[in-house]
Formats: sequence, C-alpha cells, structure tokens
Amino acid sequence: MSFSFADVDSVRKGLSDVQYLADEGIAGVVYLAERLQKPVLVEGPAGTGKTQLAKSVAEAVGARLIRLQCYEGLDESKALYEWNYKKQLLRIQAERQGEDPEGDGMWQQIEDDLFSEEFLLTRPLLEAIRSSDPVVLLIDEVDRVEIETEALLLEILSDYQVSIPELGTVAASQIPLVFLTSNNTRELSEALKRRCLFLHIDYPDLDREKEIVLAKVPGVGESLADQVARIVRSVRQIELKKAPSVSETLDWARTLVLLGVEHIDADTAAETVNILLKYRSDIEKALKEFATSDEEFAAPVATP
Amino acid sequence: MTANPETLLAEPAMKVEPATSPLLALLAGFISELRAAGLPVSLTENLDAMEAIQHIPIEDRDAFKYALAATLVKNHAHWRAFETVFEVYFSLRGAEYDLVDGEWPEGMDLSDFVDGLDGQQRRQGGGGGEAMSAEQLAEMLFQALMRGDDALMRAIARQAVQRYAGMEPGRPVGGTYYLYRTLRNLDLDGVLERLMGQARQDAPEQLTPLEERLERDEFEARVDQLRKEVEAEIRRRLVADRGVEAMAKTLRKPLPEDVDFMHASREEMMALRRAIYPLTRKLAVRLARKRRHGRKGPLDFRNTMRHSLSYGGVPAEPKFRYPRPAKPEIMVVADVSGSVAAFARFTLHLVYAISNQFSKVRSFVFIDGLDEVTSFFEGVDDIGEAVHRVNAEADVVWVDGHSDYGHAFEVFWERYGKDVGPKTTVMILGDARNNYHASQAWILKEVEHRARKVFWLNPEPGAYWDTGDSIVSEYGVHCDGVFEVRNLRQLEGFVENLV
Repeated sequence: MSFSFADVDSVRKGLSDVQYLADEGIAGVVYLAERLQKPVLVEGPAGTGKTQLAKSVAEAVGARLIRLQCYEGLDESKALYEWNYKKQLLRIQAERQGEDPEGDGMWQQIEDDLFSEEFLLTRPLLEAIRSSDPVVLLIDEVDRVEIETEALLLEILSDYQVSIPELGTVAASQIPLVFLTSNNTRELSEALKRRCLFLHIDYPDLDREKEIVLAKVPGVGESLADQVARIVRSVRQIELKKAPSVSETLDWARTLVLLGVEHIDADTAAETVNILLKYRSDIEKALKEFATSDEEFAAPVATP
Repeated sequence: MTANPETLLAEPAMKVEPATSPLLALLAGFISELRAAGLPVSLTENLDAMEAIQHIPIEDRDAFKYALAATLVKNHAHWRAFETVFEVYFSLRGAEYDLVDGEWPEGMDLSDFVDGLDGQQRRQGGGGGEAMSAEQLAEMLFQALMRGDDALMRAIARQAVQRYAGMEPGRPVGGTYYLYRTLRNLDLDGVLERLMGQARQDAPEQLTPLEERLERDEFEARVDQLRKEVEAEIRRRLVADRGVEAMAKTLRKPLPEDVDFMHASREEMMALRRAIYPLTRKLAVRLARKRRHGRKGPLDFRNTMRHSLSYGGVPAEPKFRYPRPAKPEIMVVADVSGSVAAFARFTLHLVYAISNQFSKVRSFVFIDGLDEVTSFFEGVDDIGEAVHRVNAEADVVWVDGHSDYGHAFEVFWERYGKDVGPKTTVMILGDARNNYHASQAWILKEVEHRARKVFWLNPEPGAYWDTGDSIVSEYGVHCDGVFEVRNLRQLEGFVENLV
C-alpha cells in the first residue's frame, strides 16, 4: 500500500502548496487518517476552513472530490444508491411488446436484468466506494441529518463497503480518504464518533491568520495583513454572538485592499466593521469596546 | 505556530523511547485516568490510539499529543481535561523536558540578551543562572516579552519557579500556591505597563487608541503565555516530586457540563458562561426539529383522499395529521440571593434562549422582596446583558436581604396570582433555605390549583435537602416535581423535557 504522505511535515507542505495553511494538529490528523485508514470528523466554528480542508487535501493528493451535502430528510436513495425506476419500467414494457411472456423462466430473466448494475443509480457514497481512481469523500455538515440517518453512514465508515440487498456487498477497491464536517448543532452518536478520528479546527492564531491573509488575498501588503490579523484577534476576545470567522477576515482584508487602505485607523475600522461582524449588537459592542479603550489607555500617554 | 520553540532549547534528542512495554503501561494508566476524569473512552478508541502512535515519531511530543487527542477525545469540551491529564502523564518525557536545576540550558546564547542590560550588570559568559540578581531576571523577562522570544521566555519561567516558588518536596498540593508566589514576584502587571510604556516610546508618533489596544492585546497574549510556561514548569516539578498518579488525582476537575453551579470557581464560571452559548443553540435546534418531526399523529382522512386522486382513487399514500402541541406559557420565579444566584442566572439564560418554544415567558426574581424582570429581556439581542441588568436593577430586597420565600410568594400571589392560568407552567428556582421564616406553603398550593404545572428546581444536592433551614419538601408536596439541578447537564435535560 503506498501512501501519498511520507510524514507529517510533507502533509503540511503538500497542503500549503495548494494554499491551505495547516497547523501541526491538522496536518497530524490528516496524516494519521491516511495511515490508519480512518475517516476524520472535523468540528469547529463556522468559517474556519473545515470544508476547505477536504477540498485542499483532494487537490494536494490529486484525487477526485466526491461531496455529499447533508440536510434534514436525507435518505438512502439520495446518499447511497437508488434503482432507476423509470428505466426499469421501460425495460418491462419493452419486454412485453417484444415477446409473448409465457414461461416463468422468462420472468426470472427479466427480474435478474432489472436488478443489475445497469439500473443502479449510484449516489455519492456508493460512487466513492466503487471508484477505481483515488477519491476524497466529503460528507458535509453531518450534524444536519437525523440521528437515525447517521446509521446509513456507519457501514461505509468502518468497513468501506455498502450492502445492496439485490446485488450483495460492494466493497471498496481503494480506501478513500473520508472527511465529515460538523457545526456541532447536535451531539453526534457515539457509534459515529467512535469510528472517526476527531479534529477540532479553531480560529487560527495570529501568525497563521496573517499567513492565510497573505496567501489568499492578492495585493495585500505584509503590514496590512499583520494589522488585519491583530485587529481580528482583539475582536475575537470580546464576548460576541458570532466571532468573526476566517472567511470574514479574508472578506475584510479584500475590502481594505479594494479601498486602497494601507494603514487601518479607527475610522476605517469603524466604517468597515460590518463586513467582519454580522449582528448589530456585536457591532455596537465592538465599537464601544474600542472606544472605551480610548479613555482608559490614552490617559497614561500624557504622563509618561 | 512559527518555528517549533522546543527545538531551539533542545539538546540533541538522545532519549528516544522505544515503543515497548513501559510506554504501553504508561498509556494504559493515561487512559484509565482519562476515564476517571469522565471522558468516555471506549475499547476501540483505546486500540486506535495504540495504533496511531506507531505511525508517528515518538520523540515528537506535539505529534504524539495530537495523535492521542484525535483518537481519544471526541468532544471539544473535553479538550481541557485531556490536556491536563496529558501534561501530567507526559510532562517528564522527552529530552527537552528534563528538569534543569537552576542551569540555563546549554548551548543557549545569552550574551545577545545581556547586551540589553547596562554595564555593571553585564555578566561574563553563558551558564549559571543562579548568579543573576533579581533585577537582572526582571530585565531579561522584560526583553523576552518585548521581543516575543518563546525560548527565552521558557527559560525564564524555569528560573522564576526555581527561585520564587519555594517548593517543598512531599506536600500534597496542586501547585496553585506555588504559582501565586512565583507570579507575585514576577509582577506581571507591572511588566505589562512597562511594555506599554516602551511601545509608546518606540512608536514614531503617538499611538492611536486602536493601536494602543492592539499593542496591549499582543503583550497580554505574551504575558499569558509566560504564565502558562510557569504553570507547566511547576506541574513538571510536582509530578517529578509526587508521581504521576497522585498528581493526576489532585488536578482532576469535573467536565464543564458537570461543574456544580453552587461551588464553581471564578474560572469555572467563565467556562460555564462560554459553554452556555453553544448549549442553547444546540437545544434550540433540537427542540425545533422535535416539533417538526412528531410523526405520531392520527390519519388525516381528508388529506389522504385528496392525494388518492393522483393514484386513480387508490389511497396509496396515507397522510397523517401532525400533532401541534400548544406552546406552554412559562413563569420563572427565581431566588437570586447569594449562593444560588449563579444557578438562577444560567436558568434564565437558557429559558430565554429558547423562548420561541414557549408562547410567553415571564420572569420574576426575589430575595425577600419580589420583582418582575420580564421587560429586561424584551427585544434584547444579548441575553447575557439582560441577565446582568437583572442583577443590577431589580428591586428584590424587602427587609434585610436574606432569602424569605414566604414573603416573596406572598407578593407574587398578591400581584401576579391572577395571571396564573391553566396554560401556565411555573418554574421555581431556589434552594428553599428560608432562614426560618414562615413558609406560606398554602400559596404554592393555590398556584398549583390554577397552573398547568409547578416545578421546583433545586441547585443543592439531594442529600442536603431538608437539612438546616431548607424546607424543600414542605413546598415540594405542592409541586408536580422537585428536581435536583446542579449542573449544566441536568439543566439541559430538564429544559428539554419541559418543552
């Protein structure tokens, strides 16, 4: 069995080549996922690059990305496979018109045909299993499905196979790398968690955030990126309804570049803060916070 | 993370542990300690961890840690507990973590930093941290923080612990006191002010408030890191002194959802407050979903017949009437005196966060007087803020500010009793410690007659009920249920059943 990554550092390098800056923890878990052939459950606040991680890994190893977006009411026929009902009907009709349906053997024949691969519509999970070229399977926002539906995933996550009653068991020809993401709106079942490696992606620290801004925003200067990262860190320290995510940081940086800002002062920050924060109460709080720092900390300047 | 700071300090890694039985034994102890701390570690996860560590270089401490975390910890709320246990178990492993008694690590060039000191204080050469005076250490600390030099900061943390903590071998302690002593001597607040002063001087022009603030946050982060280094150093020394098991036991802390409301430390309170946001969000989603997915309704004949038309009159697709349970009206009556205040705060927070699950929520707070505080929550985005206002503004003291449930209920009945109707669920929060006042339990009886349900939530452990001045059962007979709600887990469970 050959692996795409030799060690943890090569994961980091591979990911940074495709513009994803992984920290030690992320790289380590991706590396282990491949070695242990286990799926990774990625959790963390919205907008910290959970989905992007799967995409970037796919790009880095040159695999096809198959994505299953979860939603309430997702079922077998959307996730695993479905019989092509219309095509089956047509097949039966064609048979009727062609010949005189007499013997039982004839019917047997049709029945066998009907449940052959020809009439099977593969959905993302089955497709990932049957694919002969390397794939990365992304099961996005797995916390959105009902707890009963989670059970659908268990077989594929632990054994990399799918059982179809009419066809038998389809086992994977190659083990795909699987990423599940969750926004943690509910507790996932123990059974699911047990089968996965767990990775919590938090907001990046100052240096990493700066690097991300530098890598992702064209035309941003070193000093602007540094200021952006530092302001965002300060904003995150305030108790907010929704702290700014990485994607919002990037949006903000892009805006500043478009506006031609080189140096962020209080006015610029106040005018553009609505890109960073999405709740009115949060914006007010942030502005207030930075305004009060005015009175508190400006005083010692006068008397050094 | 920039360049790995350990590598700067490390002597060439000589002690590479072979993955043999001592490591396995250590891991087994580690995992049983995790379980003792309340983490649900299953057997398969245990095996996964064993397999995982074979794939990573064992001398890479960070990788080792993440490998264990990824396989053993499946809930981010448990991360802190994991980290503590990990630090205890593996703090003495790895070359760079060997205890260095009062010596600067070899190969570290200090002259660069000493240049920052003035002439008389300049020392000759590198080694021998003992020779340094307290002022020199403080100066080094200042320089290290100014530059954000991780390696130097770690070395200083070691020095400081060695010098100031005054650790006595054999004492069964967790190290809080040592930490306090060390930090007191380092005077980090003073250093922070000095750093800010320096930053102001270095700036080409006067700092704007925003820049001030950013500089301050930066330095605070560095100071915080130093504090962590000191803490880690103390823990390492304690582990070396007392052994792994004893230490792990001392440091064992309940998980956030199991922290007792009444005995939470300040730090735990902070953790609780942070935990309540995601909890309410989760609860709201779950409840909304539950409402939509009740599938137990009776057959809807009309709807079924109508849909049968598309199947040529065959009722192929049965349609069901979904139950739409009436939303209850909630009245929360909370004791906000002293020790139970925190409990009341969290409950109010939780109830209001899911207030769209109720047709109406009214809240009252009392100590010995009672006041309605519903208006504080109306049209407010930030529940935390509203709860804060309740504490500051509500008029709840009648005579002396000691709980008087009897009088509070009297006021409640007099002013708001008429609003209690057959749709109302009344939740009473408190420990029923009445300071030997008259209980006025008849009011609860009246309330129970009129209301749909009356629940009493008591933050005290069941064993303490009816001891001393607690009169829970006297009230309890008039309630539809009295529940012990000591931590977030129990609170969440109760609120979910309530809807």
